[in-house]
Amino acid sequence: MPTLARWYIKTSLVWLLLALALGVALFLLPSDLPAAALVPVQIHAFVVGWITQLIFGVVYWMFPKASLERPRGSPSLALAAYVLLNGGLVLRAVGEPLGAFDLPSGPWLVASAAMQWLAGLAFVVNTWPRVKGP
Amino acid sequence: MPRLTRWALRLALVDLMLGFTLGGLILCSKGSEACPPLWSLRALHIELLTVGWMAQLALGVAYWILPRYAGGVRGASGPAWAAWGLLNLGLWTAGVAPALSAPTLLLAAGRMAEALAVLVFATQLWPRAKGFGT
Repeated sequence: MPTLARWYIKTSLVWLLLALALGVALFLLPSDLPAAALVPVQIHAFVVGWITQLIFGVVYWMFPKASLERPRGSPSLALAAYVLLNGGLVLRAVGEPLGAFDLPSGPWLVASAAMQWLAGLAFVVNTWPRVKGP
Repeated sequence: MPRLTRWALRLALVDLMLGFTLGGLILCSKGSEACPPLWSLRALHIELLTVGWMAQLALGVAYWILPRYAGGVRGASGPAWAAWGLLNLGLWTAGVAPALSAPTLLLAAGRMAEALAVLVFATQLWPRAKGFGT
């Protein structure tokens, strides 16, 4: 398994753990804390941080080779997707609660949106040539 | 990869980008008034990422990679193609129905198409989930 695929898969497991821990925390935290700010973070930690990131890692590892010279496409694009996806998720995890406490959250959320969108684009561009016949 | 898998995976990648684009714009609108508030398309965002991206990718990969019948065949391709079409028709119908303030009947029709598609895929894939030499 290539190093980057291991990073993807291990990081996805960390997000799964965080998503489940956040689910528990939502029950334990004081009821006046705005749960609405944490629920989107929990859902996206699960769906993007865990499931989508696990798919990214397994696809990078196991899909057919792009070419003999570059079997997994561009390692730089794949690394960029990893950094942008996780960076975007972290920014959201910080930004959503800030907004709930009426602190400035706009730049965090806008940067998060841009980073996750770019992560998706980098993954799709790198994966597209690997979807091919025998 | 068989042709059906290639179509399903490419469409899954397209749906990933569409879903990330809608999600990015929705998140951006929480942080900046410059982004269009696309909350009415939240259902489509969810449908694109859960059904269009994750389920379609999983079914496409399963169709490709599960053990084949004797002679290397994957079963009748007609029903599998029909199921793939139904899945995509269903996800768009179910995804846009809330945004159009369409009758609940449209949403139900979309969900039924998705369920029927998965039933056909499951019927196709079930016998192929088997042990070595069986």
